[in-house]
Amino acid sequence: MEWTDYLWAFVIGGTICVVGQLLISLTRLTPARILVLFVTLGVVLTALGLYEPLVKLAGAGATVPLTGFGYALGKGAMEAAMEKGVIGAFTGGITATAGGVAAAILFGYLNAVLFTPKTKK
Amino acid sequence: MDQKQRQKTAEEQRYQQRVNEKMPRSKTLSQCVRAFVAGGLICCIGQAVRAFGEITLQLDQDGVAALTAIVMVFLGATLTGLGVYDKIGTWAGAGSIVPITGFANSIVSPAMEFKREGLILGTAAKMFTIAGPVLVYGVGASVIVGLITCLVAK
Repeated sequence: MEWTDYLWAFVIGGTICVVGQLLISLTRLTPARILVLFVTLGVVLTALGLYEPLVKLAGAGATVPLTGFGYALGKGAMEAAMEKGVIGAFTGGITATAGGVAAAILFGYLNAVLFTPKTKK
Repeated sequence: MDQKQRQKTAEEQRYQQRVNEKMPRSKTLSQCVRAFVAGGLICCIGQAVRAFGEITLQLDQDGVAALTAIVMVFLGATLTGLGVYDKIGTWAGAGSIVPITGFANSIVSPAMEFKREGLILGTAAKMFTIAGPVLVYGVGASVIVGLITCLVAK
């Protein structure tokens, strides 16, 4: 790991967020639609082989944005499909993202139960 | 006189045009800069987690990816619970929505809000207001891509 890894993570990750910001500012898409769009886009770009080079270049800069979640889903499904056929096509995506999803469910639930919303000033 | 007036209205029009063009654009520009900085920084934290997984914990590629997702989701969820993430969000805009920490935020925020409706149909159900659609489209697309891979591979 060198400092250039962080530079690329910053630049690519930041750029992906700017794309999201432009969509929100110019087309008034809601955040929910942005998230759905980015995940689906990540899956499609991965299937076309366009996202993998970005991950090689930018590491977390490409995997941390939600397009990276789509990348993990798509890559997992494709690899498992090659290995196990149709069953793999169904199991691959969730298997590859199981850690993140399980963490989101557990930590999401615990935080929602432990904390109460702060009153907005 | 007539000419002067026409000139003035032309000038006014130009001025109005400038106002219309400049105002939202400069706002959009500053929003984009903030999204870039915040999103970039969040990804750098993710990069540090990746480095920790690779070098210190000696994890394989899948392990590193899972660790990064788990840690980032934990950070996003906890900061939302503490009320910090919303403050970051006001400044960062999409810079806080697009990273996976924003996904965690989208789970905790409504779940916390609807707690008074009970732990099952309030908290647990509302966790998936936004995360549900994300999983539907993401997982759905991945299965389709997997099935296409099967067809192409044969």
